Amino acid sequence: MVLRYIYLMRGSWPRILELTYWPTMQMILWGFISQFLVTNSSWVAQASGVLLAGVLLWDVMFRGQLGVSVVFFEEMYSRNLGHLFASPLRPYELVIALLVISLIRTLIGVGGAALLAIPFYHYSIFTMGLPLIAFFVNLLVMGWAIGLLVGGLVLRYGLGAENLAWVAIFAIAPVSGIYYPISVLPGWLQTVAHLLPASYVFEGMRAVLMEHTFRADLFFQAAMLNIVYLALGIVVFLAVFHIARQRGLLLNMGE
Amino acid sequence: MLLGLLLPTSGCITVLGEDMLRHRYRVLPRMNFSSPYVDLPHRLTVTENLTVYARLYGLKQVAQRLKQLAEDLDIAGFMPRHYGSLSAGQKTRVALAKALLNEPELLLLDEPTASLDPDTADRIRSYLLRYKARTGATLLFASHNMVEVERICTDVIMMRAGLIVDRGTPQSLLARYGRQNLEQVFLDIARGRDEQDEAKARRGVR
Repeated sequence: MVLRYIYLMRGSWPRILELTYWPTMQMILWGFISQFLVTNSSWVAQASGVLLAGVLLWDVMFRGQLGVSVVFFEEMYSRNLGHLFASPLRPYELVIALLVISLIRTLIGVGGAALLAIPFYHYSIFTMGLPLIAFFVNLLVMGWAIGLLVGGLVLRYGLGAENLAWVAIFAIAPVSGIYYPISVLPGWLQTVAHLLPASYVFEGMRAVLMEHTFRADLFFQAAMLNIVYLALGIVVFLAVFHIARQRGLLLNMGE
Repeated sequence: MLLGLLLPTSGCITVLGEDMLRHRYRVLPRMNFSSPYVDLPHRLTVTENLTVYARLYGLKQVAQRLKQLAEDLDIAGFMPRHYGSLSAGQKTRVALAKALLNEPELLLLDEPTASLDPDTADRIRSYLLRYKARTGATLLFASHNMVEVERICTDVIMMRAGLIVDRGTPQSLLARYGRQNLEQVFLDIARGRDEQDEAKARRGVR
């Protein structure tokens, strides 16, 4: 299945362009914002890369989610689910393939933007060192969990719900603390933020950049929440798959 | 339902001796299907599509199998082309190639020669008959082409409104309805004529 998606990417230059375009445009935009604020904000001046790091890591989660849900939609667009699940392919194997291809797509898309930030803005996110891997993995897994939930919803309710893939993750962006500390949020939203792995990742990112400290407690809190959410995403996806077999949705896809 | 894509509301389904509701993965590698209503990915080439499915079915010598099928079904000329760029008849042949990749013991074919010109359709039917003779496979056709059914099938199930209304060999159905060909039998059933009275009347006329 990973091969199937690689064939698709390889044969479609718009898909490859789309992988790198949005992360790069985001990076360029926030790079200019950072350049302005570094001379106008003492907070940003402490670590001029804090906004760029935020947008690049945010894109890890966004691309990670799209890499699961949009790739799954390819099967729905091509009305191919019938062929796939009449074969020996098991649903959990498709889930694994979606997670693998999401990782590949995220590395291409966000990795490309991260590398471009070096000559453009003299900022290398890789200077974060090993903590970057911890942040990357946690955000990717959270993206996977959301992607599986969205994929399941669209399988259940049809391609008319596909916009969920593009809007779902933005609903949690304001409470993820991407560009500001969670303490900025009102009390009740801080409670919501503490239910999201992403908020711990971005707080941890700021701790590395501003205080030069890796907060292992934040990492473990994010990881524990991610285990729960990923498990939930997988269970929901597989449960919806079972419903799809009950209702004949594998053969009757549409809006 | 036979492929496990749709769950029954009651009852059980046994295919090749296995309960499809509980052990479908024991059977799926041994069966396959093609249908004009289920597509292959349009953005992949024919070769890529068949390679993916060959691997899903666990084939070891993929290139060799693809080459053989390309020759048998006369699709070698458009293997490098995107599936979406093919004509309806070409797509039908590629879908059939996909269905034959794993040399299934049970092959489900939904309108297998739809969209094919008479020459190609005849070649495909002959190929399927040879395949059946060589492998002993069971072919389950869903077809409204009664000439094809009469030629290929040893057992015919007639359905109307989702229910089985008759069953038999082509010869027994022709005798039962007193008709010259299965298309006339089909029309008798579709139009709800009482086959016994009609057959008696026809015998009386002769």
